[in-house]
Amino acid sequence: MGNEADVVERYPSFDVVVAGAGNAALGAALTAAKRGLNVIVLECSPWEFRGGNSRHTRNFRCMHTAPTSVQTEAYGEEEYFADLMRVTGGQTDEELARITIRQSPECFDWMSRQGVRFQPSLGGTLHLGRTNAFFLGGGKALMNSYFAAARKLGITVFYDTEVIGLDIDGGIFRSVTVRQKDGEPFQIQGKALVAASGGFESNLEWLREAWGPTADNFLVRGTPYNKGRVLKLMLEQGVQQIGDPTQCHAVAIDGRAPKFDGGIVTRLDCVPLGIVVNNRGERFYDEGEDLWPKRYAIWGRLVAQQPDQIGFSIIDSKVIGRFMPSVFPAIRANTVAELAAKMGLPVDAVLATVDLYNRSVIPGSFDHNVLDDCHTEGLTPKKSHWALPIDKAPFFGYPLRPGITFTYLAVKVNSKSEVLMQDGRTARNIFAAGEIMAGNILGKGYLAGFGMTIGIVFGRIAGRESARAAAQ
Amino acid sequence: MTICNACRYCEGYCAMFPAMERRLVFTEADLNYLANLCHNCSECYYACQYAPPHEYELNLPRMLAQIRMKTYQQYAWPAPFARAFRKNGLVVSLALLVSLIAAIFSGTALARGGGLLTSPGAGLFYQIIPHNVMVGVFSVVSLFVMLAFLVGFVRFWSEAGEGFGALLHISAVVRGFIDALSLKYMSSAGAGCTDPGEERSMSRRWFHHLTFYGFMLCFASTSVAAFYSYLLGWEAPYGYFSVPVILGTLGGIGLLIGPAGLLLLKQRRNPETGDPAQSGMDVGFIALLFTTSLTGLLLLALRHTDAMGVLLVIHLGAVMALFLTLPYGKFVHGIYRTAALVRNSLESKRPIIGIGE
Repeated sequence: MGNEADVVERYPSFDVVVAGAGNAALGAALTAAKRGLNVIVLECSPWEFRGGNSRHTRNFRCMHTAPTSVQTEAYGEEEYFADLMRVTGGQTDEELARITIRQSPECFDWMSRQGVRFQPSLGGTLHLGRTNAFFLGGGKALMNSYFAAARKLGITVFYDTEVIGLDIDGGIFRSVTVRQKDGEPFQIQGKALVAASGGFESNLEWLREAWGPTADNFLVRGTPYNKGRVLKLMLEQGVQQIGDPTQCHAVAIDGRAPKFDGGIVTRLDCVPLGIVVNNRGERFYDEGEDLWPKRYAIWGRLVAQQPDQIGFSIIDSKVIGRFMPSVFPAIRANTVAELAAKMGLPVDAVLATVDLYNRSVIPGSFDHNVLDDCHTEGLTPKKSHWALPIDKAPFFGYPLRPGITFTYLAVKVNSKSEVLMQDGRTARNIFAAGEIMAGNILGKGYLAGFGMTIGIVFGRIAGRESARAAAQ
Repeated sequence: MTICNACRYCEGYCAMFPAMERRLVFTEADLNYLANLCHNCSECYYACQYAPPHEYELNLPRMLAQIRMKTYQQYAWPAPFARAFRKNGLVVSLALLVSLIAAIFSGTALARGGGLLTSPGAGLFYQIIPHNVMVGVFSVVSLFVMLAFLVGFVRFWSEAGEGFGALLHISAVVRGFIDALSLKYMSSAGAGCTDPGEERSMSRRWFHHLTFYGFMLCFASTSVAAFYSYLLGWEAPYGYFSVPVILGTLGGIGLLIGPAGLLLLKQRRNPETGDPAQSGMDVGFIALLFTTSLTGLLLLALRHTDAMGVLLVIHLGAVMALFLTLPYGKFVHGIYRTAALVRNSLESKRPIIGIGE
């Protein structure tokens, strides 16, 4: 990148300043730069970890009316919208949601033109083969393609650059104040701002404000750089907020995962194939309520509500090979008592739980691919499907912790991705895209790959509109 | 490997990943097979969210390269020669080259009782080294090399546990050979590989093609010449527009440009994406190929001059050194890569383990 202070001196003012460097940010930057504008991207991570949480993603949810090179059958607007309504319980802005859905197919073409390649759904993700287009190599490969395209367009990218101040005057953006590592803060002027810097899921203090001390036991699945600085600065400067500030999307992941950046490999898919107990050795929820892809997202919250925010999945040898391998080896023992002891659980309580569960299982024909008829009777909580007695040694266990994926708190935007101020005015040259505004559309719940769709659709809208605003 | 199997984002890059997904646990034999399936294109390194400096420090291309090197030694025959892999391949090749030249020099000097610098005239090669000596020595060496390859292949194949009957599945075997000969997995679905740097390029694939098919054309040239010599009774040298010379010239040109290009790419390659300990082996092989083609073409160009005798001896020395080091150098990757691709083709009809939806 050379001497970055020189670059700023050479361009005392950029046309478009993009805060963040994920899918939405690069979508905006590339779109604006293609219109001939002078664009700077501010990434707070070092080069190696660039791309925010997009580097951990693998697909985006894409509407299509006929089979494509990488998606099967069709996935139309109404079905897509119905899926969204189902997971959000109606907490969505229908206008913005429909824009996202309708523009998703052209994003596929646009991404391909940036050098992004796609592949059919990955092994173990057949349920997404119709609705989602997978990036060849995953999200980091996607981001590499974007950054290569950005270099060709002459977009300036600053790494290790943290936005620490925003100058917004009467709803008009003037400049950002940034700091690079231990350097002195300096200002970058801009004619328009695109805020695409994600949520606050890796800001542990902020999480503690929302969740109390239990937040200390949460793991962050993605980047440690999503501290929500720009989000907070915008809210402090009079931008309207939307979305529940206390809520985050959390799934149950392997409790041995690193605090940050564990990504996809720490997920555990064995929950519906066995039972889950808390550290008192008690079950607390129906493990077989629905197909795992529809249920994994509630288990973060379920585990978060348990003492010490930990759970333990217990399975036996019968189900080995029926779930995606995880990165951590299972804790293994020849008896349930030994397994409980190895996991530091009260042995008698676990034995009693397993025994009661085994006696409540009604035999059926097991099929982990459908909602089968293997269930329990007279047990609380019941297990609705895939209930097999846990009786075949060796036995296996995995610790579970809540793993935070993203937060719902957002800045309010309109269909041009312009942010709205608290006094009801529309900011003329401030735009938001990606997770920082996803709460407008995704008020709660989650649809696999939908965050990336919001990111790229609104990233491109923000790029187009910021280019227009900067040209005025 | 468990990280990769839990992630699977790279599944579309090459055959190694689906092959990995057919396994839940990885025995040493599995790893040896998977490592030889890897073409070291480094796509997965750049796409990897767990690559250094991530705390998992996953560097799959380097890990597989290191395993490959270990398998070359493990499968080598006779076993004591496997040590050549561990030492600097460049030194081994050059030492061999020098010693062979010396040996041939002295041999011919003795045989003819005179110097090499006086040309016997008009490309009369067999005046320098008698035809039967040349044929005899090279036949012995070739048989030895073929045997070494065969033993290496048998060791690889039996460790993989496929059984030799599997080789009767002709369509699968053909598929494997096509994948190998077309370098299918060096094209990354038509876009090229991230080699030497992060941006995609087809150059490594094309330079490899020039090298390999150049080598094969030279081989074909020799075969045609042998046919002429033994069955038709036409003795060398052959005219510039004869089949052996045309084949050899085209092959020699390929074998000049190809290795030079590969060497250039190697110098520019991101060192993180390979095993630096193998540089000697790679460069030694490339240098020997280059020397062989260069001396061969020079010999052709200058065969009517006084330099012919010296050039012939150097060229034959280079060819001999190349042949002798084939089973103990980079060349063996072709044997094991092809065998791994054949096995992959056999395997690909078997199911992938994962959560069923």
